[in-house]
Amino acid sequence: MKKIAILLAAVMLFGIAASGCTPQTKSISELAVHVGSEPDIIDPALNSAVDGATLIVHAFEGLYTLDKDGVPVPGQAESCTISDDGLTYTFKLRDGLKWSDGKELTAEDFVYSWNRAIDPETAADYEYMFESIAGYEEGKLEVSAPDSKTLVVKLKAITPYFLELCAFPTFYPVRKDIVEANPDTWTLDPKTYIGNGPYMLEEWVHDSHMIYKKNPNYWNASKITGPDRIKFVLMDDSNAILAAFENEEILFADDMPNDEINAWKDRPEFNIEGQLGTYYISFNVKKPYLDNPKVRQALTLAVDRDYICVNIGQAGQQPAGAFVPIGLSDADPTKEFREVGGDYYDPSKEAYEKNLEKAKQLLAEAGYPNGEGLPTFEYLYNESTGHQMIGEALQDMWKKIGVNITLVSQEWNTFLNTRKNGEYEIARNGWLGDYNDPISFLDMWITGSGNNDAQWSNPKYDEIIRKVKSSSDREERMKLMHQAEDILFEEWVLCPIYYYVDIYLKSEKLDGFYSSPLGYKYFMYTTLKD
Amino acid sequence: MGGYIIKRVASAIVTIFAVATITFFLMFLVPGGPFLAEKAPSPQTLEALEKKYGLDQPVTVQYINYMKRLVLKLDLGTSLKKRGQEVNDIIRVRFPVSAKLGGIAVLTAVCLGIPLGSIAALNREKWLDRTIMAIATVGNAIPSFVVATVLMYVCGVVLRILPTLGLTSPAHYVLPVISLSFYPTAYIARLTRTSMLDVLGQDYMRTAKAKGLSRFKSLFKHALRNAVLPVVTYLGPLLAFIMTGNFVVERIFTIPGLGSEFISSITDRDYPLIMGTTIFLATLLIVLNVIVDIAYKIIDPRIKLK
Repeated sequence: MKKIAILLAAVMLFGIAASGCTPQTKSISELAVHVGSEPDIIDPALNSAVDGATLIVHAFEGLYTLDKDGVPVPGQAESCTISDDGLTYTFKLRDGLKWSDGKELTAEDFVYSWNRAIDPETAADYEYMFESIAGYEEGKLEVSAPDSKTLVVKLKAITPYFLELCAFPTFYPVRKDIVEANPDTWTLDPKTYIGNGPYMLEEWVHDSHMIYKKNPNYWNASKITGPDRIKFVLMDDSNAILAAFENEEILFADDMPNDEINAWKDRPEFNIEGQLGTYYISFNVKKPYLDNPKVRQALTLAVDRDYICVNIGQAGQQPAGAFVPIGLSDADPTKEFREVGGDYYDPSKEAYEKNLEKAKQLLAEAGYPNGEGLPTFEYLYNESTGHQMIGEALQDMWKKIGVNITLVSQEWNTFLNTRKNGEYEIARNGWLGDYNDPISFLDMWITGSGNNDAQWSNPKYDEIIRKVKSSSDREERMKLMHQAEDILFEEWVLCPIYYYVDIYLKSEKLDGFYSSPLGYKYFMYTTLKD
Repeated sequence: MGGYIIKRVASAIVTIFAVATITFFLMFLVPGGPFLAEKAPSPQTLEALEKKYGLDQPVTVQYINYMKRLVLKLDLGTSLKKRGQEVNDIIRVRFPVSAKLGGIAVLTAVCLGIPLGSIAALNREKWLDRTIMAIATVGNAIPSFVVATVLMYVCGVVLRILPTLGLTSPAHYVLPVISLSFYPTAYIARLTRTSMLDVLGQDYMRTAKAKGLSRFKSLFKHALRNAVLPVVTYLGPLLAFIMTGNFVVERIFTIPGLGSEFISSITDRDYPLIMGTTIFLATLLIVLNVIVDIAYKIIDPRIKLK
């Protein structure tokens, strides 16, 4: 039986195609990987999940695409000319672009797809990503196709990250006739799931697996050195995922049990990548006592982030000293936003005692020396061992300054509802950016934003964000965004804990794989080491 | 028999209607909604989605619309989370997977449990009885997720003798079937033993022996036939629950069955899927109970179906 299992695995996973060999690597006939469980939807306009995006980047391609360094490079577009005022982008499409069923792809397809994405009928979560394009408010984007190979896009204001947006799944083209024939079901059947990317869906067994095969009509098909077929195994249980990886039933796992990280972190299969995201704690600024910025600052300073990262996260998370995470560029692209803005407090282990003293002093200044006079706060989190451990750590840490909390856990959906409605005092929170620009982290704090769980409002902040969105000066934008973040920490609206990392297991046999800072995984150039 | 079946069908319809109504209103009482996410969709998007799926209507109107579609077209609606997928299709595709696996597991449990229970009863208080009952007690105490995890680790990871991913070959069925049948086997063994001991003490068994009936014949014709009745009672609900899938076992072995939908539909607030799976399970439970009643009549002609 053992021999049969090994033989099967060998046949399934490492079948070696004769063609396309290089001296160092071999191509793979079928590669089985895990990137997530059953996706909710794989319509590029409607997807808002990271694993869904990985599936989409294999079947579709935007005007631009991200290379292995996360830099946008021409995809369906051959070139892009930007007008002197930075507001008009003229894309020239490549010759011979085709959909996976062989039909011609034209610039008009982009005009249709982008307008479809912002149509309220489509109800796309990410429709706001088109807000930098003129005509967004009116519901008709100023995007035109003077001929089948040219796409002209007019922007409202300079958007330094616009080419990156063009590589984002919501900006990928979809086929009008296909979508309109089956608006709700076209993504479910490989026959109607027509894309323009390097791969195409061949089989989808729900809650089991999806098989993608190479798309012969892709413009750069001859350069796609990756597997002939990619089998995305749809798994949910982290222990089962790890077992399948150990068994070599999958050669890539995008999830693993938290308590296994320590045992794996020194092994060559274990990988940590930076991710544009921050784990933080929301204060409901409308609640008594928490409406006092000094109390919020004291709570923020009294957290030992190093302890949380090392003992609970255990995966190389970086203690956060601000909200906008590391990895985002500033006006000078050689410098990071975080590097220029610096930290608002020292989150290091060494500074903890000093921070604690300052926290005690702040509480005294607020009229609550040693926490006297403060009630027991409720700390809300969604059911999960990791979140609970962080809650327990906070309970201990805040006790040191005399602040008591009780831990309340809720089932995921109930938790989201409670937090969104502001029916909490202190709650766990997290945010992942959508693109390499700090506005992706700062826009959410404006008055009335659906993600402003703190219920915070500051007209000056709203005004700065409005200016950022309409500014055409790159330096000015960044300056304004630093000012906006300064306001967040003048008022201590939130308590950052750590910057997220992306953990995955990759077999040492694989070569040519890469992932983006948004967490998307790219297997189209993955080969087998010789 | 005909009158009995008509009566049962009528009561089944009332029961299913009651289950559907109670579930419908209860699920809307639970806080949250199907479109909530860590990143909240914009109010416009939320409004468009609610309008699209009719969630902007008052709950009573939604209920009437739902029941109309259910009664007139047997249409269970469209999933809110798995956008575009019909609930009827989800059940149609996934139920056979769970049913096949569950069916094999129940068959295994019956084929092992009844003989083991009988052997234990016939060897009462001897080492064989004690051994079987000790194993059965352990089997009763260990939940399926523990069995599944241990099997996956030992057979899949350490020994690497069996596959753990999916159901693509007969070998793939081994571990999920053991996980699913572990508890019912133990339960059936205990049930059979108790019932068998009871039957063995009955007067008619003494009479059979006095008549000079062979031990084999008296055991199979008289004892087992009567002793198996409680097992048959247990089989109805067991089949319904096991054939609609086990969330944990399906998750651990990556099986595309229906079990996971029962749980995920609730956590996702996927209202049509909650309704669909609940109505389906209720119907299956009722149907299997009717079959069990009829089986009773066949096994023991003294029983009258009223």
